Order: sequence, then C-alpha cells, then structure tokens
Amino acid sequence: MTSRRPTQAAGAGLAGAVVVALAGCGSATPAVTTAARQVGSAGTITVYSGQHQQTVGALVQDFQNRTGIEVHVRSGDEADLANQLLQEGTSSPADVFFAENPPSLSILDEKHLLATVRPATLALVPRQASSAAGHWVGVSARAAALVYNTQAVAEKDLPTSVLDLGRPEMKGRVAVAPSETDFQPVVTRVVGARGSEATAAWLTALKDNAKVYDSNESLIRAVNRGEIAMGLVDHYYWYRMRDEVGNGGVHSALHYFPPADAGGLVDISGAAVVASGQHQDLAQRFVAYLVSEPAQRIIATSESWEYPLLPGVPDPRLPPLAQLTSPVVDLGTGREALDLLQQAGLL
Amino acid sequence: MAARSLAGRRPVRARGVAHRPAPAALTISVVAITAILLLPVAAVVLQALTVSPRRAAHLLALPLVPTLLTNTVTLTLGVTVACAVVGVAAAWLVERTDIPARRLLAVLLVLPLAIPEFVAGSSWVSLLPSVQGFGGAWLVMTLSLYPWVYLPVAATLRRSDPALDDVARSLGAGPVRRFLRVTLPSVRTAVLGGMLVVGLYLLAEYGTFAVLRFRTFATAIFTQYSLGFDAASASVLTLVLCLMGVMLLAGEYALRGRSGHPGTRAALPAAPVRLGRAAPLAVLAMAVLVVLALGVPVGSIAYWMIRGSSTTLPSGSVFAATAESLLLGAGAAVVATLLALPVALLSLRHPSRLAHTLERGAYLVRALPGVAVGLTIAAFAIHHLRPLYQGTALLEAGYVVLFFPLALIAVRAALARVPPELEDAARSLGETWLGTLRRVTVPLLLPGLGAAAALVSLSATTELTATLLLRPTGVETLATRFWLYTSNLAYGAAAPYAAVMVVTSAVPVFLLTRLGLARS
Repeated sequence: MTSRRPTQAAGAGLAGAVVVALAGCGSATPAVTTAARQVGSAGTITVYSGQHQQTVGALVQDFQNRTGIEVHVRSGDEADLANQLLQEGTSSPADVFFAENPPSLSILDEKHLLATVRPATLALVPRQASSAAGHWVGVSARAAALVYNTQAVAEKDLPTSVLDLGRPEMKGRVAVAPSETDFQPVVTRVVGARGSEATAAWLTALKDNAKVYDSNESLIRAVNRGEIAMGLVDHYYWYRMRDEVGNGGVHSALHYFPPADAGGLVDISGAAVVASGQHQDLAQRFVAYLVSEPAQRIIATSESWEYPLLPGVPDPRLPPLAQLTSPVVDLGTGREALDLLQQAGLL
Repeated sequence: MAARSLAGRRPVRARGVAHRPAPAALTISVVAITAILLLPVAAVVLQALTVSPRRAAHLLALPLVPTLLTNTVTLTLGVTVACAVVGVAAAWLVERTDIPARRLLAVLLVLPLAIPEFVAGSSWVSLLPSVQGFGGAWLVMTLSLYPWVYLPVAATLRRSDPALDDVARSLGAGPVRRFLRVTLPSVRTAVLGGMLVVGLYLLAEYGTFAVLRFRTFATAIFTQYSLGFDAASASVLTLVLCLMGVMLLAGEYALRGRSGHPGTRAALPAAPVRLGRAAPLAVLAMAVLVVLALGVPVGSIAYWMIRGSSTTLPSGSVFAATAESLLLGAGAAVVATLLALPVALLSLRHPSRLAHTLERGAYLVRALPGVAVGLTIAAFAIHHLRPLYQGTALLEAGYVVLFFPLALIAVRAALARVPPELEDAARSLGETWLGTLRRVTVPLLLPGLGAAAALVSLSATTELTATLLLRPTGVETLATRFWLYTSNLAYGAAAPYAAVMVVTSAVPVFLLTRLGLARS
C-alpha cells in the first residue's frame, strides 16, 4: 500500500539534491570578507597559512584595511600545506607561505620554491630569528616547555634538563607527542647539543618512560586532569587550554628548561614569499607587514599566545622571552630527528 | 534476490533470463568510470615505484611497523566482528520480534551514522579519558560503524520470505535453531558486505585513532607526510594498506560464495517472534546501545556548548559553513549516484569477469587514507586540469572518488530487486535498451538512488582530510571549522559545528530508514 511513498520521497529528494547542486555551481567563489570597499583594488594575493587561524584572520583584516590588497587565506595543517606546495611546485597559486615551525620552510627552501625576503623586512627582527639565507623571516616565537600537573609534581622535583626525562625514575610519568611538528625541533636541538648517539640513547630511554600521545591537545588535557604527571609541549598550548577551561579548571603549570639546556628551545614561526608566485611585490609587502609594529601588536594581544619578535613589542601576558633563551633557528629539515625518532620506535 | 543484495555477487545467471550482450556504450562508460575512480590508486603505485627497493625495505623494517600492522589487523578483525554481532542482533530484534517501540528503534539504531567518527572519538575521550588504546578504539568504532551492518541486514530481513522460517518451525526447530539455520544464512551476504565497508574504513582512518591514542598503520603513512614531507615514502606504505584492502575484498568474496537461499519477496509479513519474558532484557540491551552510540556524543556536544568558555556562537559562519557543506554534499551525491548506475547495471544485468573486476576495483579507494587521496588528486589536477584546481568541481570529484563505493552498494542492492523480466518484457515490446532503462528500470530504482545519494551526502558533508586539501581557498565547511577550533582546544567554539553536522546528517539518515538501504 505504502510502496509509492518512499519512491516519491526518493524522487523528490534526488530532484531536490540536483537543484541544490546546480544552485551551488554558481556560488563556488571563495567567501572573502570585504570590510573595506577598496579591498581588492590594489591587487590580490593567496596566503597558505598553517598558523593560528583567528590570529591570521585579524592580521589579514588589518592588512587589507591598510593597503587595499585582498588576501585569500588557505588555512590548514602546516604539513598538509607544505606537501600541497611540494606537489604544486612552480604551478602553485600561493604567493606566501606562513608556517608554524622551520622544518616545513626548510623543505620548501631545499626545493628552491622560496624567494628571498627583502632585506628591510629581515632587518626588523633579530637576525637569528630568520633563515640564514634570508628565504624566510621569523614572525613569532614559541618556547618549548614542560607542562606538569601541580598536584602530581612538586615544584622542587621538576627536572632541570630535558634529558632528565629519559631517567629511570621518570618511567610512566612523562608524556610526549612525537607525531606533532613541534616535537621534532626539540630532538634536533638535542642532536645539536649532544650528538646523534646520545640523542638515540635518550630517545630509547624516553620511549620506555613516556606515554605517547598523537596530539599536543590530547597531551595537555591529559596532564591537566592528572592522567599523567608531566609532558613536553610548546608554551602556547597551556594558555589556549586555560582560555577554554577557565582558571578554575587549570590544574597544571608550565616549567621552562634553562637556556643552556637542550630543552630551553625557542622555536620560530616564519613566513616566506613563494618564488613562483605571480604577485611578488604584493607578497613582499604582506610579509613585511607581518613583522611591522601593528601586526606584531596584534600577535602580542591575540589568542594564539605566541611571542611577537619585533623588539619593543613585548607581550606583557607572558614571561619575557629573553629570560627563557634566545631563538635557535637552524633546525634544518628535521630529517635526522625523524630518523632517530623512527629508529627509537617512537614513530 | 534479497539475500544477495549488498556488495555484489558472483556472476550467476538470474532466473533463467536469456542474456543479451552488454551494450558497448555501457561497457565503455563503466571502464572509463572505474579508470577515473582508480586514478588515486594508480598514482600511489606510480609514486611508490620511484622509491628505491633499499629505501622501501628500510621503511617496512622500522621498529614500530610490526606493532602498527598488528594493531591494524586486530582492530579491523575485532571491530568488524563486533559490528556484525551488534548489527545482526539489533536488526533481528527490530525486524523479527515483537520488541516494543520497533519503529522508533529502527530510526535510533541508524542515527549513529549521522555522527562523524572524529566527533564520537572526541566525545568519548572528554567524557571518559580512559577510553583509549585498543579498547577505546574498539568501543568507539563499533558504536560508530555497526549501522553499516545493521542497515543491509534489516533490509534483507524485512523482505525475506518467512515461509522458510515457518517450515522450520513446523518441523520442530526452536527459535535459536531457526535463527542459526534459517535466518543467519539468509543474511550472510548482507552481513559480509557491511563488514567489508567497516573493514575498509578502519584501514584508512587516522584522525579518530589519534584522538583515542591508538596507532594503526595509517600512523606510519601520516608520519611520512607530515614530518618527512615525503610523499613517495608515504606511497610505499600506502601500498601496504591497498594490499590489505585487496585481502579484505578477496576474503569477503570467498566467504560469500553462492550463499543463502534466494529469499523471495514476502507475500505476507512474517509473524514476529514473541520475546515474552526476554523482552525487558532486549529493550535494555537496545537502550544501552542507543545511549552509548548516540547519547554520549550528543550529550558531550551539548556539554561543550554550555560549558566551554570559548563559546562565542559565530552564527554567521555556522550558516555559511552549513550551506557550503550541504551544497558540496548534494553535488557529490548526485554525481556519485549517477556514476554508480551504469556500474551496477553492467555487473548485475550483464555479468562477466570484466564487469565483476571493474566493480570490485571501485571499492579499493576506500582503503587509502584521505590525505593520500587528496594529495594525488591535487597533484593530478594542478598538472593536467589546471583550470579546475582548487575549484568546487575538483572537491566534488574528490568526494565522488572517496564515496562512490557507498553509492554503488545502495544502487546495486536496489537493482538486484528489480525483476529482469520486466525489462525483458519492455524490450520484447520494442522498447530500446535506453528506453527500457528510462521507463522501466530507473523509476523502479528511485528509492535505491535516493538511498545512495543519502549515503554519499552524509559522508561528504562530514569529510575533513581531503576537504582541507582540495577545497577552494577560503571555503569553510562544518568539518573544517570543527577541526579548526578543536585543534586550538576551543571545544566550546567547535561544538556548534558538530551539532549542526549531526542535525544535518540526521536528515539523510532518516531518509535512509524510510527508503531502506533497501525497502522494496
């Protein structure tokens, strides 16, 4: 009796879907917010950004208002975007690549996909915060830190070196997220300080001790709720978590390793002009804007909780960067770190 | 017919119908469709060939690889078997017994399909942090994926002939014996087809397992992409997943055999099994299942919407993302369904070894991780289809490639129930092949086509990995927004997007229960 009803429903559903699909064909253009009327009049660039999306959104908005240059942002995971750029090669529609960590920039540089950033731009931030060849400029910084559960660990018992995390008494007390792009730079730094063999031994010990997480977000929440005593992350995860759970929900704190230690690492988020981009001048202007005072002030007050790099623009909410350590940049492509992580069975 | 409904069967001649050779146009279009769908697999193979044997051996000998392989195999076995048990039990209770609230259960039991697995994973972890590792992954994936078995089994049970059951009863067989000897064989094909979908999904999944702290072989592939920036090495490892996918396909094929009795269409509704004193127990079991599979994720989303301090309901962007997701899903659904039709026609109406191979080949893409599919399509497009690159059409094409198998399953199941005699009658009355298709077959297939479109749009609106790679710059879907906020620990801000994903997905899911994968 009811056999026709589903048929009609299906027919209507399918017809509806066709209509919707056809209607959709016209609306495919990227939804770009046009706050200022003159935006776009001065040209358009495409930015591939692996950086914190809200902060980049605020930066782009301000840049568009100031220059009239329209910016299309392709936000994603920095590794995905770097892989995409590698696949695109010189056909890439990207004009600028804004990364979270140096290895992805180094890989693109190795393939000669990056142009030289203008000297005036490079001159604005500390020299060691940018690539030695000037192929990308440092925009903001993040510090490696040990997050610990304040109920599980007393302040006086905190390790003084990242290498201590491999000691036998740390078994079952430490968390790492080796598949995150933030962990590789720490390993590279240990290699630089102690050599490959010692690093391999440290990683093997760490594998025995550590509970492995596949994301920094899971790791920091686990430490905060006391599932594990402490873990290695970048500082900003803790601040972003605090934003979300509120002060009442925070049961953890950050501990920084001393600057002399391999764990006292400050890592750079950099931006580069894509060499094959069709809008070299506009791209250079955007990258220059990122290290200008207005942009750095946006970074200093943003919810990404990274350090601005322009001297004279401090972030009063964070412990001063100079007290932690000075930026270390030459982290290379991270290949050796990856190889050691794989040999240790952490990846 | 019913029992063979799900994922293809051996080329057996249908009920004495004389076979016409397949129209050349049909064969050619099926070959072309399959070739396009297999492009990502071909690209992975070609890329893997650029890797030296030494490097390949090194990759496969890494210390973590045995653990990852073991994890993938045990989880795939554990979850597919659990899905089969849960799916069959639930379908039998709803379709063959007098369990209370059957109609409500029939909807609630399918609704977990509306919850993306990565949302379910995040929900469980935030509720019970101990849901981790193998146990956690097993629980979450079983609760998320069992509807893939439930749907086809329920559809088969609904249509199959109760007479056999009556005969067994009259011969003195008890309910348990009848279930084992009559019911179970009649749904074997449906169960195996559902298990195949579940198994292929598990091979390729990464993100949900990352949340649940369980590492499968996909982790090794992800590492090569995201830390090594080495697509070639990743391709070598992806081939291992492909191989496992082929093994699943072959296993399903071997087990299916010429199974089951042809459950002819029921003339009378089956008399339901009386549960009697077991009824409360059955109701309790189903209630627990619904609470775990539906209640936990929905409750967790609601909790984050209320409690998360990042909640600044960006209503405008929720609407924009919803519209974007729905449009993309609808487009992909229409195309995938239309493409599935000729493939199903060839394999059911003109069975041959070629037709069979082409059809099975289309499933293989399901074993590839989304990042591999996305990057290979992106690479192909930038070099060969430049004007389409980062356009909506390319993203739609990506969804079609990824979710074509789901459309094929539904279309095939529907076509299997259209009596070929009707088509033969039309042909003998002078109608052309195309005319018969248009005037006889397609109208009868409409519910099946609707189910296929529902399955594809459901999956496409919640797809994340390939979306991030293939979308037009600036386009945000519900899934990309959800990912953006959760990756910044802003669960309160992410929750509305998850909620909308669930609500919008519930519509095609509801349609599915109405159309059945399979209602006749």
